Amino acid sequence: MTKPANTDPAEWVDRYGDYLFRYAMLRLRDRSTAEDLVQETFLAALKDYGSFSGKSSESTWLVGILKHKIIDQFRRQAREAPVADSDLREHLDPSSFDGSGHWTSGPTDWGGNPADLYREKKFLDQLTKCLSELSPNHANAFSLREIEGADTGEICKVLNVTETNLWVILHRARMLLRRCLEANWFEKRAKKGS
Amino acid sequence: MLSCKDVTKLLSESMDASLPIGKRIGVRLHLLICTFCLRYKRQLLLIRETARRLAASEEPYGSLTGEPLSEGAKERIRKSLVNP
Repeated sequence: MTKPANTDPAEWVDRYGDYLFRYAMLRLRDRSTAEDLVQETFLAALKDYGSFSGKSSESTWLVGILKHKIIDQFRRQAREAPVADSDLREHLDPSSFDGSGHWTSGPTDWGGNPADLYREKKFLDQLTKCLSELSPNHANAFSLREIEGADTGEICKVLNVTETNLWVILHRARMLLRRCLEANWFEKRAKKGS
Repeated sequence: MLSCKDVTKLLSESMDASLPIGKRIGVRLHLLICTFCLRYKRQLLLIRETARRLAASEEPYGSLTGEPLSEGAKERIRKSLVNP
């Protein structure tokens, strides 16, 4: 194996721009923030070009830089709009349960083989859309936990919340995402099918 | 006795940390008799897998999801790299 030749930085945007942008969009859900971070990533990489060892591939190196910038962005957002009572409220969705804590209308049967869903681009798009409809703190917590795969201790530091509060936030986020998918994917498909 | 509402909360928590033994047993017993909560659990795990799949679907050359960087933004970034 020969060491892959480094790309001329002039070609970076065409080569890696879309990749880095999608990577940032999936996690941050905001076009202009994602564009800014891609730009900052390239600029930081340019400055650091001499120290790039070529041990990892160029794309891995660039994504590594972007990752740090994304975490910083989460940290900044948490400082500007800290977790509020409304993010922690238990009863955002009082209709799911009755007074004694039983389901009023339980989850419907989603049917089919779940493994097939991963291959459906539209289903992946629907999850991204549902995620973007959550409040920023819910979406960011979910994104860090389930997309980025961070552990809870790390997320608590980034979002500046206690572990107990993070559990509440993740619980709310999962519950709302589940309902959004049910309403916008499974129920619509059931109607189409009948 | 745990209610469905309690169980949904504990199911989510169990995806982030291990539950104390008492609660773990309580949830397991509840799932034996409650179709809705069992369904809820499976759906949460499906959502987790889908999110992981999303993260894994990104590749340097082509991706399953998401729009590319717009031409305008590309142009802007190219310029900033020439003239940092």
